[in-house]
Amino acid sequence: MPGLEDLYREIILDHYRNPRNRGELESPPAHRSEGFNPLCGDEIVVYLAADGTTIDDIRIAGQGCSISQSSASMMSAAVKGKTVAEARDLVKAFKAMMSIHEHELDGEDGAPEPAADTPELKLGDLEALRGVVKFPVRIKCATLSWNTLANVLNEIESASSRPQ
Amino acid sequence: MEARMSLDVARIKADFPILRRQVRDGRLVYLDSANTSQKPQAVIDAMAHYYENSNANVHRGTYLIAEEATAGLEGARAKVARFIGAASEREVIFTKNATEALNLVVKAWGRSHLKAGDPVVITELEHHANIVPWHQLVEEIGIELRWIPVGPDGHLDLTDLDRLLDGARVLSFAAMSNVLGTILPIDRLVAAARAVGAIAIIDASQYVPHVATDVQAWGADFVAFTGHKMCGPTGIGVLWGTEAILDDTPPFLTGGEMILNVTKEGFTVNELPWKFEAGTPPIAEAVGLGAAVDYLESVGMESIREHEVTLTGYALRTLTERLGDRLTIHGPAEPAERGGVLSFVVDDIHPHDLTQVFDQYGVCVRAGHHCAKPLMRSMGLGATARASLYLYNDEADVDALAAALESAADFFAF
Repeated sequence: MPGLEDLYREIILDHYRNPRNRGELESPPAHRSEGFNPLCGDEIVVYLAADGTTIDDIRIAGQGCSISQSSASMMSAAVKGKTVAEARDLVKAFKAMMSIHEHELDGEDGAPEPAADTPELKLGDLEALRGVVKFPVRIKCATLSWNTLANVLNEIESASSRPQ
Repeated sequence: MEARMSLDVARIKADFPILRRQVRDGRLVYLDSANTSQKPQAVIDAMAHYYENSNANVHRGTYLIAEEATAGLEGARAKVARFIGAASEREVIFTKNATEALNLVVKAWGRSHLKAGDPVVITELEHHANIVPWHQLVEEIGIELRWIPVGPDGHLDLTDLDRLLDGARVLSFAAMSNVLGTILPIDRLVAAARAVGAIAIIDASQYVPHVATDVQAWGADFVAFTGHKMCGPTGIGVLWGTEAILDDTPPFLTGGEMILNVTKEGFTVNELPWKFEAGTPPIAEAVGLGAAVDYLESVGMESIREHEVTLTGYALRTLTERLGDRLTIHGPAEPAERGGVLSFVVDDIHPHDLTQVFDQYGVCVRAGHHCAKPLMRSMGLGATARASLYLYNDEADVDALAAALESAADFFAF
């Protein structure tokens, strides 16, 4: 599609057509969080099974556009098997690629963070989503699943920091 | 088949400067008028002329340009009153938009007249502006909100209307759906409300710009609509109400302009319509709205409606022929029962992806839930793409949409 090559990269369309880790996990024991994009009605549900600090399994449910669906699919592949801390770094790195820093996000930590703090991580396939930045309306599509994942990670961390 | 066009659309297009704009090496194909309409040169000129020649505050200056500004505001009110068949200018209140007009009704009339348990009936196809204010009264007062369902054909399912209206204090509904284009059975609904002693409120935002409107013939208590969907500027809407119910409604926003007298002990409200217009009103916007009314009347509302019915029929046929089973258009199949609002989905392609591709062809179409989430949910839809037609659209615009749609459908095909 002329003019849209940067947005609809082949790998994005592949994840859209063949979404990875699609489905649900029984919750509990799995953690579950919903995310909404009020602009377009997209809904994402992230299910995450973590044994201790490692993400053993992740499933994505809900519906949305090719950008939100492929971003969720790539995200699920990227964080599966990672530790919660590593996943958190990926969230940060991905949002930085989307030109968003934590303090700009709804309901996020709040404290402004210097860009220099952003971890230099290999984003791999996720780099394909870099072109979304040129289409500002679609940034929310790309970050929907990541914000939802961040909520799940917060939940896991607050649960594990609770005295047993 | 050559559809009969009663409007000279080429001439009308020439009245709208933005339609001469080139985008992405092509012409602008604007199909989002249910969202906001484009503005004719006459409206743009009227507002510029006001600012260049008569800008002053209204109802207080003793000098020439202040008198001109006041005449501009009140002249626009008179034009709007005549345009919608109001009994007097006292019944026409300028607001910021239709949302503010509906909030005025719910919060000023509703809060002072409704009590816990009072049933308020709305429909599933309402815009959020006619839902959320009522939700607030559910929380604040404990009113009971009841919903008239929508059938799969896009029409209201009135099977249980009598039961739903039993004991109702309010029936509030859209004259035309902003998602499906459905024209509601206005006379029947108002009569049913009257029969149980409920007041009738009509959100006519999608209707007034497209169909000749006579609020007295409708016989409702309140009618809300907005200027920017009828070739007027943003920032001005209208609440029409009968004098009887407006007299019986306390002020909404308060401050300057809406008072006759203020003392340390209290205040006396102004007469209608200024009782509901606190603060400096949108004067240039009123002037622009008045020019929009003049423009629509010069074209003729009957001609506009006839053109849109014809063009909607052409669009329904063309899109169906070219996309076949891949395309689903929601809402009534019969053009005479609907406005030129076409909500559709193609295969499983998300509407956001469709409209992103449309943009490459200069085709402006909205994607999303169109501020009507309860309707979308009841129809089992997450989102739709919505093309909406107005007097300046023609068959070439519909053909451009069809070509963009084919291109998008091929691109995203599995």
